[in-house]
Amino acid sequence: MDIFLQFDFPSILLGVFAALSCGLLGNFLVLRRQALMGDAISHVVLPGIVIGFLFSHATASWPMLLGAGGAAIVSVLLIELIRRLGNVEPGAAMGVVFTTMFAVGVVLLEQTQTAGVHLDVEHALYGNLESAIWLEAYSWRDLFNLSALSALPEDVKLLAGVSLVLIVTVLAFFKELKITSFDPLLAASLGISPQIFGLLLIVMVAVAAVAAFSAVGSILVIAMFICPAATARMLTDSLKIQLWLSSLVAVFAGVAGYLAAAFLPPMLGFDGSVSAAGMIAVVAGLLQLAAMLFAPRYGVVWRRWHLQRSS
Amino acid sequence: MHAFWQAITLQAGYNTALVCVGAAILGASAGAIGVFVLLRKRTLVSDAVSHATLPGVALAFIVGQLLFEAGRSLPLLLTGAAISAALGVLAVDAIKNHTRLNEDTAIGTVLSTFFALGMVLLTVIQSLQVSGQAGLEGFLLGATSGMLFSEAVLIAVAAGIIGAALLLRMKEFTLLCFDEQFAATSGYNVKALDRTLLILLVGIVVIGLKTVGLVLIVALAIIPPVAARFWTDRVPVLTAIAAGIGATGGYIGAAISASAPDMPTGGVIVLVLFTLFVISMLIAPARGVLAAALRHRRFQKVVHLRQGLLSLAHNEPVLEPLTARLLRRNGLLRGDGRPTPEGASLAHKTAQDQLLWNAYKQQAPEEALLMKDWSLRPIQEVLPPDVVKSLQDDLSLDSAPSANTLRSPL
Amino acid sequence: MTSTASLHSVTHNGRRTDHEAAAANPFTVQGLTVAYHQKPVLWNVSFSAPVGCLTAIIGPNGAGKSTFLKAALGLIPKLSGETSVFGAPIKKQLARIAYVPQRSSVDWDFPATALDVVTMGLYGRIGWLRWPGKRHRAAAMQSLAAVGMQAFAQRQIGQLSGGQQQRIFLARALAQDADVYLMDEPFAGVDAATEKAIVDVLHQLVVSGKTVLVVHHDLETVRDYFSHVFLLNGQPIASGAVEDAFTPQNLQKAYGGRLASTQLQGLAAAAPHKA
Repeated sequence: MDIFLQFDFPSILLGVFAALSCGLLGNFLVLRRQALMGDAISHVVLPGIVIGFLFSHATASWPMLLGAGGAAIVSVLLIELIRRLGNVEPGAAMGVVFTTMFAVGVVLLEQTQTAGVHLDVEHALYGNLESAIWLEAYSWRDLFNLSALSALPEDVKLLAGVSLVLIVTVLAFFKELKITSFDPLLAASLGISPQIFGLLLIVMVAVAAVAAFSAVGSILVIAMFICPAATARMLTDSLKIQLWLSSLVAVFAGVAGYLAAAFLPPMLGFDGSVSAAGMIAVVAGLLQLAAMLFAPRYGVVWRRWHLQRSS
Repeated sequence: MHAFWQAITLQAGYNTALVCVGAAILGASAGAIGVFVLLRKRTLVSDAVSHATLPGVALAFIVGQLLFEAGRSLPLLLTGAAISAALGVLAVDAIKNHTRLNEDTAIGTVLSTFFALGMVLLTVIQSLQVSGQAGLEGFLLGATSGMLFSEAVLIAVAAGIIGAALLLRMKEFTLLCFDEQFAATSGYNVKALDRTLLILLVGIVVIGLKTVGLVLIVALAIIPPVAARFWTDRVPVLTAIAAGIGATGGYIGAAISASAPDMPTGGVIVLVLFTLFVISMLIAPARGVLAAALRHRRFQKVVHLRQGLLSLAHNEPVLEPLTARLLRRNGLLRGDGRPTPEGASLAHKTAQDQLLWNAYKQQAPEEALLMKDWSLRPIQEVLPPDVVKSLQDDLSLDSAPSANTLRSPL
Repeated sequence: MTSTASLHSVTHNGRRTDHEAAAANPFTVQGLTVAYHQKPVLWNVSFSAPVGCLTAIIGPNGAGKSTFLKAALGLIPKLSGETSVFGAPIKKQLARIAYVPQRSSVDWDFPATALDVVTMGLYGRIGWLRWPGKRHRAAAMQSLAAVGMQAFAQRQIGQLSGGQQQRIFLARALAQDADVYLMDEPFAGVDAATEKAIVDVLHQLVVSGKTVLVVHHDLETVRDYFSHVFLLNGQPIASGAVEDAFTPQNLQKAYGGRLASTQLQGLAAAAPHKA
């Protein structure tokens, strides 16, 4: 049990907090037809973390987070600029910006020879979920022991803090986020600026992506922005329930994905382990697939069955 | 610089020359296909396509290793990539068509879960401890340095074939993008056309994996058409320009990458393309930002000046600051808000002109609604004299202001 | 400028002058010009809504009726023009305005119930960092009842018919409890019963002293539903009481050849002959 607590538990926490913060915000992205904003932002943080790394020469540090946040904001502004000035459709503008920013990151990495030191593109894509350890933990009682808790890895503490801040912000501005997502014209005529809350959402998305990124990698971040929200969307017609369900799905995928990655290969008589971040995303994808097929009322199978019965 | 010069003039060795030419052909084909993907407003589908190749690459490697002990065979890996990319496209369409989720969500779902599956498989391969797996990482970001001659030929030839196939079907694709319903009623199989376009897209993405890498290959299909869009409104020209931009980006990018150390091919090609995009966006005369800004300013001036003159003609005060400033600058308005003699006469003529325009709009509302210059230029400059004459007769204006005296000060 | 002048009187003399200004100018647009792609859609439009009246904005397709409302509210960019509400710039008076966008402008698959949507009308007043409470839901229920939709309060909006959706939008505007109501095509694609219900509600609003502006496209019903009209076709053509402004001449001006002369005769024949 100690080993689980010391080596597996902190990784699970990382996965869960990353999934939770991205999954919660994903609801609004999916409803606003901006699902791919998460994709774009998690690609563009690469140049940011490289620049941050050049300044600090250490991974998982504040300069890297600041750099990533800066790159996210720069790219959001660039997308808006190209969309408005150039009259380019949003998807295309997004495609231009995120590929370019990612290319900047790749070239910077190679040019500065940071590649292979501590930072490489694979790391940026896959993350480093498994490396989190909590050596000070000896029993589950340490969960309530402040000094032991403070010895949790920095990444875990950071992500826990970010999750908390994001949840509080979403609760505080729930009605504004809701009305600007549903009816921006009405919102504007009430004096609730759709632009400002659109920006707030994107900033939150950037914060979540950046914080989760170094721990779990950009692909899991993208999956978590979309899959839990899409799963919940198939299951309910109430925004509040959708938020709860998506959080639940995110947490479940985090736990189940990690456990599957760590314990499934040995059980199959297979030496070594597989990418935990990848496995979490795969589990989230499978949950979404199940919801798309079997959800009551909106699932494909359910609808077919009802069609047949009625005819 | 010398090395770059050698590379760009194809004198840096046979292999480098082939890579440069191959990248140019790749860029041209990808750019041309991208035009139709852009016009169909499905730009980001290509992102799903490229990410969805990864599990195919990994599975093909495993299969190849198990069956023939030759996992690294490029044709085998690309076949695997093409199959899983095609599955990805089908999945996007299935989610979009059969569930309540929209296309963005479908793309994001496919992109992230397929890629994650690929990642899991890659880590499986790593723990298999087999030889030759190092080359797989090259598919993420592309690498031309270790490329075999036969591989470079394969890429160049395949990209060329895909480009040629697009040229053959160009007329039909244009119709598909412009008016899907018309294409359907004219007897074209729209579904098959759409699928052909996506197959070509999958083909070019797969071909580009080795050179540019799967994260950046989408840029080759996205950036050139978006940049070309600033230069023209006509599809054949658009396709030609996009292919040209793609080819230039591929060629120069590959040359730079070959001539300097630590310059990843994919990244450099994308940066060259982006540079071409920025130049197009700024200076293109047709839809570029500078041209549009200039046109907008001129237009705004014309509108404000005309409104100001009409206000003067109706003895209304000019309230808009910009209008008043424009009138003053042109010597039509005095400091106390009264018109100068010149202003008064021009206001009178403008009012008469406006009456004629209004009469025209009554007679031919459809045409007037479609007309860009409606009431913005003197009517004589826009409509034929006999039309103007009959309008004047209807209004029984004694004498129409001639085009000369009515020339606006702009 | 008139707007600044009356703004001053408001600040100096308080509520009373406010009411006087209100009586004079609930909704005034001055010199509004809007262009899409360098082509004017609205050209120097000035208009003042008659106080406490039900006014139809009519004109042919593409005449800029919806654009007029959106630009006047500041929801889309304009080349020139100003809007004042009760003598003050509209930005400061948003609480006194209720705007009903076209039904097709929102995603009806959004996860929300009818009650949720009506409650949104109150969001402007709930204040920052607060959630809608019991009191707000009760107010929203009242508005729902006013349009005969209380039975559907918990229904997901996507499961409602077009007419029911439009009633939800109307209920939301009622919940805003504004002084000026601006509605964009509330009768588009609704059934006859809904149309009747909406007209009744609009008349009640007018009776209680509200000013109502409705973008409308059915010329046949103008005389039955509205007391005033504003004819628009890129430019203002005419505005005033129905019997004065809704004339064959003005319609001809606004619609040109698009109205057959028999149609014009029919519309004119419906006109009561003035003594």
